[in-house]
Amino acid sequence: MGVALGRLVQWTAPGHGTRVLEKTPLNEAILKEIIMFAESFIYKHPQEAKYVFVEPLEWKTDLNPSAFESGYVVSATTVKSEESDENGQPLLFLSVPQIKVRSFGQLSCFLLIAKDTKLKEAQACIEGNRNPVAKILGLDYNTMKEESSILNILDKITKDNDTESEIKMKIAILLKQLDVNLLNHSLKCISLEIPLHPAAVKNDIELLKRFSGKGEQTVLESIKYTSDYEYPNGCRAPPWRQILGEICYVLVKPHDVETLCITCSEEGVFLNGGKTDDEEINYERKGVIYKDLVTCLKEKSAKFSENMSKQKTRFNEELQKEKNKPNETPKKEAPGALRKAIPGSDKTMLEKNQINFGKSNMIKRLEPSLNWKTTIDSKEVSIHEERHGGRVEKSAPSVSAGKAQLIRKSGEKVEEIVSESSSESEEDEEPPDHRQEANADLPSEYWQIQKLVKYLKGGNQTATVIALCSMKDFNLAQETCQLAIRDVGGLEVLINLLDTDEVKCKIGSLKILKEISHNPQIRRNIVDLGGLPIMVNILDSPHKSLKCLAAETIANVAKFRRARWAVRHHGGITKLVALLDCAQNSAEPAQSSLYDARDVEVARCGALALWSCSKSYANKEAIRKAGGIPLLARLLKTSHENMLIPVVGTLQECASEENYRAAIKAERIIENLVKNLNSENEQLQEHCAMAIYQCAEDEETRDLVRMHGGLKPLATLLNNTDNKERLAAVTGAIWKCSISKENVTKFREYKAIETLVGLLTDQPEEVLVNVVGALGECCQEYENRVIVRKCGGIQPLVNLLVGINQALLVNVTKAVGACAVEPENMMIIDRLDGVRLLWSLLKNPHPDVKASAAWALCPCIQNAKDAGEMVRSFVGGLELVVNLLKSDNKEVLASVCAAITNIAKDQENLAVITDHGVVPLLSKLANTNNDKLRRHLAEAISCCCMWGRNRVAFGENKAVAPLVRYLKSNDANVHRATAQALYQLSEDADNCITMHENGAVKLLLHMVGSPDQDLQEAAAGCISNIRRLALATEKARYT
Amino acid sequence: MNRKKLQKLTDTLTKNCKHFNKFEVNCLIRLYYNLVGDITERQGTVNGLDRNAFRNILHVTFGMTDDMIMDRVFRGFDKDNDGNVSVSEWVYGLSLFLRGTLEEKMKYCFEVFDLNGDGFISKEEMFHMLKNSLLKQPSEEDPDEGIKDLVEITLKKMDNDHDGKLSFSDYEQAVREETLLLEAFGPCLPDPKK
Repeated sequence: MGVALGRLVQWTAPGHGTRVLEKTPLNEAILKEIIMFAESFIYKHPQEAKYVFVEPLEWKTDLNPSAFESGYVVSATTVKSEESDENGQPLLFLSVPQIKVRSFGQLSCFLLIAKDTKLKEAQACIEGNRNPVAKILGLDYNTMKEESSILNILDKITKDNDTESEIKMKIAILLKQLDVNLLNHSLKCISLEIPLHPAAVKNDIELLKRFSGKGEQTVLESIKYTSDYEYPNGCRAPPWRQILGEICYVLVKPHDVETLCITCSEEGVFLNGGKTDDEEINYERKGVIYKDLVTCLKEKSAKFSENMSKQKTRFNEELQKEKNKPNETPKKEAPGALRKAIPGSDKTMLEKNQINFGKSNMIKRLEPSLNWKTTIDSKEVSIHEERHGGRVEKSAPSVSAGKAQLIRKSGEKVEEIVSESSSESEEDEEPPDHRQEANADLPSEYWQIQKLVKYLKGGNQTATVIALCSMKDFNLAQETCQLAIRDVGGLEVLINLLDTDEVKCKIGSLKILKEISHNPQIRRNIVDLGGLPIMVNILDSPHKSLKCLAAETIANVAKFRRARWAVRHHGGITKLVALLDCAQNSAEPAQSSLYDARDVEVARCGALALWSCSKSYANKEAIRKAGGIPLLARLLKTSHENMLIPVVGTLQECASEENYRAAIKAERIIENLVKNLNSENEQLQEHCAMAIYQCAEDEETRDLVRMHGGLKPLATLLNNTDNKERLAAVTGAIWKCSISKENVTKFREYKAIETLVGLLTDQPEEVLVNVVGALGECCQEYENRVIVRKCGGIQPLVNLLVGINQALLVNVTKAVGACAVEPENMMIIDRLDGVRLLWSLLKNPHPDVKASAAWALCPCIQNAKDAGEMVRSFVGGLELVVNLLKSDNKEVLASVCAAITNIAKDQENLAVITDHGVVPLLSKLANTNNDKLRRHLAEAISCCCMWGRNRVAFGENKAVAPLVRYLKSNDANVHRATAQALYQLSEDADNCITMHENGAVKLLLHMVGSPDQDLQEAAAGCISNIRRLALATEKARYT
Repeated sequence: MNRKKLQKLTDTLTKNCKHFNKFEVNCLIRLYYNLVGDITERQGTVNGLDRNAFRNILHVTFGMTDDMIMDRVFRGFDKDNDGNVSVSEWVYGLSLFLRGTLEEKMKYCFEVFDLNGDGFISKEEMFHMLKNSLLKQPSEEDPDEGIKDLVEITLKKMDNDHDGKLSFSDYEQAVREETLLLEAFGPCLPDPKK
């Protein structure tokens, strides 16, 4: 203790009266260790606890005399312990605020009384007694230093051979142990903070530079930083990379290989993706991490390695010199320097954290440093967007390619920050922009198209119309033609035509744009040329055919994020939603049937465009705000099939949002979705099923699907397995619907469960995920579990446990777990080694899979024959489970607690997990507010009490007090589990005391009145244990 | 003209007019006589709207500019080829001009484009009608080459029987496929934007 306190603890600078301890993590850790030592002293060493200190430990306490209870004589301002030394002096004497303590026993008691202020008291004690060892054991012991200590002790023992000095020796040894312990502990803390240092990297690079240059003798041709700017902390990496520990990037040109772009980071040195064309570095790591730059280069370049060995002596000399400079001083007085080093490193840590704070809000795509501040606040982002948007709009009509490129970039970045949507993944990477080579065998179409474009440019409207009509005759679905139009400058002309007053030219131009915009590159070009705002304006035109064509073209173009953003930004969503209203106008009498068809067409095109746009989150919101949902609902009631597909498609896309699902329910859309499930059109069926899948997260919706008779068509559609997309959608809908029990019953009636089992093999993963999910839900019922077994469903389910698809694994584990509830099923699972597979999934990196696997293990362990033996047979399995208690995912923790509850039912296994330290780990979790975790944790604790001194250990690890607080939760399950745990824990007297102190009795008394019998019983048992202890104490006192 | 006569004329014309109701016919007749009255004031006695007056109307009201096409439109209106558009020609002509069905319009347009009235639109006629449709590039050697090429393109597009000229059935088929080709050789119908 002496050494640790003297050297390690960080004191504030002297000169401000008494020196106090600094508040640093290291100090806190040391204090905690000391408290642990002192607190447990009374149990661990009862003999030594009675030893009276040579001098009392004295300090100022904040503790009130009233805090002391039995065992003390308490007055208003003084407290004396009843325990006293041979001379009748009390071992603890408090006269506010000064306190004197003269034995470890009293020290332990005092710390127990201090409870929450423990840390403060310990700090005051250490501050007040700068040399505690001397006070405890006498000055002569204080001379013990490092190596000589053991000899000293032996010396002493031989000198005065009485019991007191023997005890003194023991205490001395104990304190010594504590000291060593503290030193180790703090070393661990410190050693974590010594990564590769910027200065070291810099030295390496500077040194290598000296040995680089032309000629055979040098080690490298050249080595240079990518950035000349050095931050004050010695790093050259941009701040957002610094948080990842990266220090700098160097371009190294060895003699024999290509230029290497290397990242130096705190973890080590590795190759990155190199410089990209736009002068940025691809930060991604390629290959392994080396411990330093020289090792890395040796590995990469043979020449370097060779020349290095030649130069080695010189290089090493230099290196040594460099290294010695900073190292010289520390070597002399290592411990002292260490002490100094710590606050320093703390400070840098702190600085880094500040950078981190700003940075952690950054989005994966890295922005120039000026921009990233704005990303912190979402409000600011929108301003940011406006600004960017404005610029885009202003300069968009200019057709200069370079500029367009630039504009596209800025627009894209903003979009990337602003909208994130699940369904946006498709086609978001820029396709390679390959323009045709100048003269490389151009097809004849190319020249013909070039001629037509010439007439488009230089003709009046008559010539233009002829050219447009002729151009339309080319195969516009063919990429050569699409790109030819663009490459001869046709896109610009076509888009310009949209801005004229000539309706015929606009129609002709849109007809071509509509076709060629199926090409992803053309879409981007159209957006770059500012085509979208013009098309959005055309949506206001009085000509319906124009509206239709514009909407259809928008539908094609808005397949990527930036385009969707542009449509929204130019008010397109509102106009498109207005198109949906067209069908309503057809009710006006005067308009003949000739126009009716076109009205429907307009609405269809509007829906088509909205479908494309609805893949962005912000657009979904915009559609909703523009009043799109009621209109979509109305269109859904019509019977035009080709209109229904985009309408349902839009709904399905939007149903990913909560407020849409609510609106879908409110607008009675489910009914029509169900109706259209019966349609002949496969695509329509698919989208309806998909929409139901999205919406059926909600219980009421699931009931609606049943009430409108949607379950039967779903079950029927299962039989058609050719169209995999539809099958995936249908099985998805079935999965979500089967969360409701009534629906499961229906599905059983329709024999859907048998069909689902049949779909467990030879299906793509999207289908499997849903099928297994549905089975997982269905198997919550006994009958279905039997059906699954009888249809041979267990084997394929267990086979799926070896997959890698995370969503699938979550569902499979759940389904297997559900099946395992049936002992007969369990036999099959056991035979197929399913439990082992489940167990190995506990190692899966994804927390959802871990949790799901752990839940599934519970019924397996419950229902397996010789479960204990089976569990033991998994090598390292129990350790794995116990270690999962270190997870920080609540669901994983709850599931693992549940698994431990089941494992602990076997005595032998309980012994093993106790050895693996289950008790402290469980105890550490006790301070949680999560009711699910609380419940399973309490159950696990009550099961783990059944072994050895685990009850006592839970008490020592402070699990009892938090458990008492669980009784205040609102969850009845938590109450029952907690009462049972407390009952088990109350077998130990100390725990009873803790419970009593934390007011458990009153809460438990309340529980005795509960209608839940288990709870009653456990609560009553616990109270009786507490009461019995109290009676015994009374008795002991008076006899 | 007295009211009774007007009433009678309206009735007769309405009977044979598909696309206008009585009120509209009545208005058009009044308009016709107003226009004729204006001319009479200037030139003395006339038997109807003459070519110049009619072209003036086409230009001012319908924004047509091409002299040749306007002449052809006048021919289209002036069924009896007497150099004047009579009141009945006026009403019937406008009925087609403004409200005609696609079939009627095709027939009308074909007649407009068939300059010599032989039932075919020949290459020469096309050339004639399209000769001002392209911006003259001073650099080009043969300024007419573009027009000739445009004629070829049009033929390729519309001449289904490959006889080097457009019959009505060629024309009809092409227009049914692509309505934009209705006025393939020049605007001879009111612009839809107005």
